[in-house]
Amino acid sequence: MSDIVETPVLHVSRDQLIETVAGLRDDGYVSALDVTAVDYLEHPGRSDLPPEVEPERFELVVTLISHTTPGRIRLRVQVPADDPTVPTLFDLFPGTEALEREVADMYGIVFEGHPDPTRILMPPDWEGHPLRKDFAVGRIPVQFKATR
Amino acid sequence: MSAPETTVEAATDEAVRRRENSAVLRIGEDDGERLEAESSASDTSMIMNMGPQHPSTHGVLRLMLEMEGETVMRSKPVIGYLHTGMEKTAETLTYLQGPTNVTRMDYAAPLFSELAFSMATEALLGLELPPRATWIRMLMCELNRISSHLLFQATNGMDIGAVSMMLYGWREREEALRLLETITGLRMNHNYIRPGGVAADLPDGWRDEVLTLIDALPARLKEFDTLLTGQPIYRERLQGVGVINTAECLALGVTGPILRSTGYAWDLRRDMPYLAYDEVDFDVVVGTYGDCFDRYAIRLNEIRESIRILAQILDQMPSGDYRVQDKKVTPPPRARIDESMEALIHHFKIFTEGFKVPAGEVYAAVESPRGELGCYMVSDGSAVPYRMHIRGPSFVNLQTLPHLMRGGMVADAVAIISSVDPIMGEVDR
Repeated sequence: MSDIVETPVLHVSRDQLIETVAGLRDDGYVSALDVTAVDYLEHPGRSDLPPEVEPERFELVVTLISHTTPGRIRLRVQVPADDPTVPTLFDLFPGTEALEREVADMYGIVFEGHPDPTRILMPPDWEGHPLRKDFAVGRIPVQFKATR
Repeated sequence: MSAPETTVEAATDEAVRRRENSAVLRIGEDDGERLEAESSASDTSMIMNMGPQHPSTHGVLRLMLEMEGETVMRSKPVIGYLHTGMEKTAETLTYLQGPTNVTRMDYAAPLFSELAFSMATEALLGLELPPRATWIRMLMCELNRISSHLLFQATNGMDIGAVSMMLYGWREREEALRLLETITGLRMNHNYIRPGGVAADLPDGWRDEVLTLIDALPARLKEFDTLLTGQPIYRERLQGVGVINTAECLALGVTGPILRSTGYAWDLRRDMPYLAYDEVDFDVVVGTYGDCFDRYAIRLNEIRESIRILAQILDQMPSGDYRVQDKKVTPPPRARIDESMEALIHHFKIFTEGFKVPAGEVYAAVESPRGELGCYMVSDGSAVPYRMHIRGPSFVNLQTLPHLMRGGMVADAVAIISSVDPIMGEVDR
């Protein structure tokens, strides 16, 4: 569809994330719109990564927006399954707080330095991370232990 | 890694962060009672729960408020009571079934979620929509924006104590919903905007019905003005309450009427046009003080702008197809199914197996009545999305609550929740 402007994509490593986002913020990307993640465990073949990027199970997706020259930019960060940690963007964009809590809740990705690393959508005593691909739909028949 | 600290700290952001640290109550959901029991007698603050079942919380929103007498100090919105795993469900539904799922997120403005989902799918497919489909989508979205803002007028009035406003707001909204029902078949959760166009063409007489609505509304909005806008009690409750500035809004990722209430003109329809919004004439309504009253006035005037847009759509509605004529995406016309075995098979296959979408990832966003509603979609080349994420404006906007409430009264908290206009279905998804 012609009216969707192609969003430029940047592949950054975890170590460069804070630096890159800080630089983009100086360049006029005034707001962090979205932080989400994808679990590529069951993806049949990832062809959209540049050759120098090592694919990992999780991918953190950050969307920033610039208002002066209207446009968005998307950052994709590979996060390995055996060490799912990412530095928090809270110090640059406090608005990522809830979004990062949601990613942590749904994917079990730990945001280092996050001020409130609690579950946001699932109950505090929930086990597992529902949006992971190895978490089956309807895996737990009785959802809330207190009702048993 | 020392670079960010030294280079990027602007003074405004420092202020935002200080407030951030002091306004948000960062304790666990179950810690309230424990902290209460441990606090000493000299500690005058108490932690109070508001909701999740409270008439002013617009669904099931729970607030933990740290109170100093009647004054709200820090607070924390606790959400998730309406979480039904819709993003997980989306990974099991075909692209044609997807809109039935996302339409249930923001139930006051369902067509916008359908639109974002459809635009993302079409971007992956590389589909070009016929002009009539685009204009029908615009017509429906503006009607939906009107009904959503009318709902806000009703509930906002009720929360402040102007209970009669609820009746008027609901009456007007019902007119708009009746029109949506005539066109889509349903008052809410329409599943009308689908990948490839819309579900059906506009019915006979739609033009007269839209005209009737947009002719009647301005007079009704004038009644709202008489009842609320100039009313001293109402103004007293809203003016100067829940103030936020532009820097704070941008730092918190806030979009929509809350951002515009600070005097910052940012509207995706004008600044990053989608559909055919660059071909219609309208104003972006902004406020001055960023308080509850500005947010009320913006929504009221956005109804007037939507009426303006609707009048232009009526004049410019092109003829032609209401969905793409791409056999891969579009089911055959109903009449063909009775006479052609191939059409029947085609219909059956599209609705059981769906259609395959090329692998890739895309983010499509629209300006919903609450702000930027985005859909991030990853396809692995099969007939169901590999990942479907909705960036809900209510979810992000909810983070402003602690900042807006700090230092105010509990009664102000009610006015503030109302002015943020969260839809919990979209917050919890």
